[in-house]
Amino acid sequence: MPADLTVDDATLVLGVETSCDETAAALVMGGNDVVSSVVSTQVDLHADFGGVVPEIASRAHLDVLNPVIARSIVEAGVDESRIDAIACTVGPGLIGALLVGVSAAKSLALAWDLPFVGVNHMEAHLYAASLEDPTLEFPLVVLLVSGGHTMLIEMLDHGRYRLLGQTIDDAAGEAFDKVARYLDLGYPGGPAIDEAALLGDPEAIRFPRAMMNDGYDFSFSGLKTAVVNYVRKHPDVSSADVAASFQAAVVDVLVTKARRAAQATGATSIVLGGGVAANSLLREEILGGCGVDGIQGFLPSRSMCTDNAAMIAAAGWHRLRADGPTPLDVGATPNLRLDFID
Amino acid sequence: MLILGIETATERVSVALGGHEGVIGLFEVTKGRRHAETLVPAIDFVCSQAGIELDEISLVAVDVGPGLFTGMRVGLASAKAFAQALRIPMIGISSLDLLAFPCRHTDRVVVPVIDARRSEVFYAMYRQVPGGVQQVAEPTVGPVEDLIADLMARSQDVLLVGDGALRYRDEILDDFHCEIGGDAHPSAGPLVLLAHARALREDWVNPWEIEPIYLRGPDAKINWSTRTARA
Ligand SMILES: [Zn+2]
Repeated sequence: MPADLTVDDATLVLGVETSCDETAAALVMGGNDVVSSVVSTQVDLHADFGGVVPEIASRAHLDVLNPVIARSIVEAGVDESRIDAIACTVGPGLIGALLVGVSAAKSLALAWDLPFVGVNHMEAHLYAASLEDPTLEFPLVVLLVSGGHTMLIEMLDHGRYRLLGQTIDDAAGEAFDKVARYLDLGYPGGPAIDEAALLGDPEAIRFPRAMMNDGYDFSFSGLKTAVVNYVRKHPDVSSADVAASFQAAVVDVLVTKARRAAQATGATSIVLGGGVAANSLLREEILGGCGVDGIQGFLPSRSMCTDNAAMIAAAGWHRLRADGPTPLDVGATPNLRLDFID
Repeated sequence: MLILGIETATERVSVALGGHEGVIGLFEVTKGRRHAETLVPAIDFVCSQAGIELDEISLVAVDVGPGLFTGMRVGLASAKAFAQALRIPMIGISSLDLLAFPCRHTDRVVVPVIDARRSEVFYAMYRQVPGGVQQVAEPTVGPVEDLIADLMARSQDVLLVGDGALRYRDEILDDFHCEIGGDAHPSAGPLVLLAHARALREDWVNPWEIEPIYLRGPDAKINWSTRTARA
C-alpha cells in the first residue's frame, strides 16, 4: 500500500458488496460523488424458494462478481489505475456470500497495491441517504428496514451512532416475505404486499401493533402468526384486505416509533433505508408524519435503499479517513455488530 | 511463464509460484485460521519471499473442486480477481487431478477421495500414462458405500489418496483390500506443474470462463406453509 495515502475529495474508492442476494460494485469519489453503481440482483434465483437460499446466493456471486466489477469501471469511464482504494462489506450477512466479495476485493487490493478497507454493511446503509443529499445535517434518525434488519438509529456524526431500538425477532422485510408467501402473493414479499394492498381495505382487519408503546424495539413474529390465525378462521377473506391490513399494522408501528424517536432526540430529519423503505405506504406515512412534526423526512431512491455498492464505497471512504486501511488477513463476520455509543 | 497457483478446496490453504523451473515457492497450512483470512497474505508472502513482483505473473491456476464449497469459492474468487486485476488468463484444474498426479509413478489404479461431509465423498479413478495420469472414471459424489461398491466392481490393485480415504479408512478396508496413502490434501505444487504443461499448449481461459465443479446441487429447502397448501 502506498505510504503517502491521503483521503480527500479526489479519492476514488471501488466498493464491493456481496452480503446477501445482490452482487454490486461501484466507484465513488470523495465519499459522496457516485461515479458508477452496478447491481446484479439474484431475486429470480430465489423466487421459487420464497427466501434467499445461501448456497445459491454464494454460487451466483462467484459467477457474476468479475463482470459486475468490470462494468462498474467501464461505466465510470475512468482507467482502473485511477482507483485509490478498495472497500468491501465484511459483515453482517451470509458467510458464504460475504467471503466471495471479501476474497475478491482483498485480491484486487493486493494485485493493484491499494489500501483495502472492510465495511460494516449496516454502517453503509446509514451513508446511503447522504449520497443523495449531502446537505443532510446531524443528528438524524435513521429507520433501517429490510429482509435482514429492522433498526432505529440516531446518527450523531460520522461514525457516532446510538442504537435506539431493533427487532427482537423477525425483521420487517422477513415478515413481508412470510405473509406474502402465505397469501401466495409472490416473492419478494415487499413489492407483492405493496401491490396487493392497493386493492384492499387497510382497516378491514385490526391486526395487533406489538410493543407499540414500549420503547423503540420491534416485534413482528406475532403479527405473522396473527395473519395466519385470522385467515384460518376466515377462509373467505380477500387476500387484498389481509395484505392491506397487515401492511398498515407494520407501517403504523414503524412510523410511530420513528417519529417518537425523532422528537426525543431532537433530530432534524428522519431518513429511511433498507429494502422495505421502498414500500409506498411507509414512504407516504413518514413524509406525512414528518410534515406534522415540522421536521424533514428524507426518502432515498429505491436503488439507494436496497443493497448497493455505492454506499459501501462511501462508508469505506469515511472509514479509511478515520481509521486507515484494514489488514489483508481480515475475514468475513456474519453477525458483525455496529459500534454504538451508549 | 510464471504461474501463481491457488488451492483451497479442502481444509488446506496452498499457494505456489512456478513455471518451467518447476515450483519456486510454496506456502501451505492445513490447520489454522480459515481460508479467507490466510489466502491473500499467503500470496503476498510467497511472492515477496521468492522475490517476485505480482506483475511478473503471467497466469493464475486454481483448483476448481470438487471440495468444500465455501473454501473452494475463497480460492476461486481470489484467483479470478487476481487474473482480472493483472489482465492475465487462468487455468482451472480439478482437486481430484491434483491428488492423483503426485501418484503418477505407480502402476496401480489411483483413486483420490475427498471428504464431502454428510457421510459422502467425492472421488474419481486414474491410471498412469507417460508424464502423468489419465482419468478412467468420471468424478462423482456419493456415500462411501458407493465408493466401496465401485472399487469391488473393478477389483484392481488400487491406491486410495485424500482426506476422504483417511476418514473412512476402516469402512473401506473392512470390505476391500487396498493401500491408503499419499497426500491427504491437494496442493498448489502439482497445480502449478499441471497448469504449466497446459499453458505450453495455450490451453487457458478468461477469468469469467472458469467453472467450479460442485458435483452437488445447492441445499434449497425453505418450508413455509402457504394459504393454498394448508389443506
Ligand atoms: Zn442491507
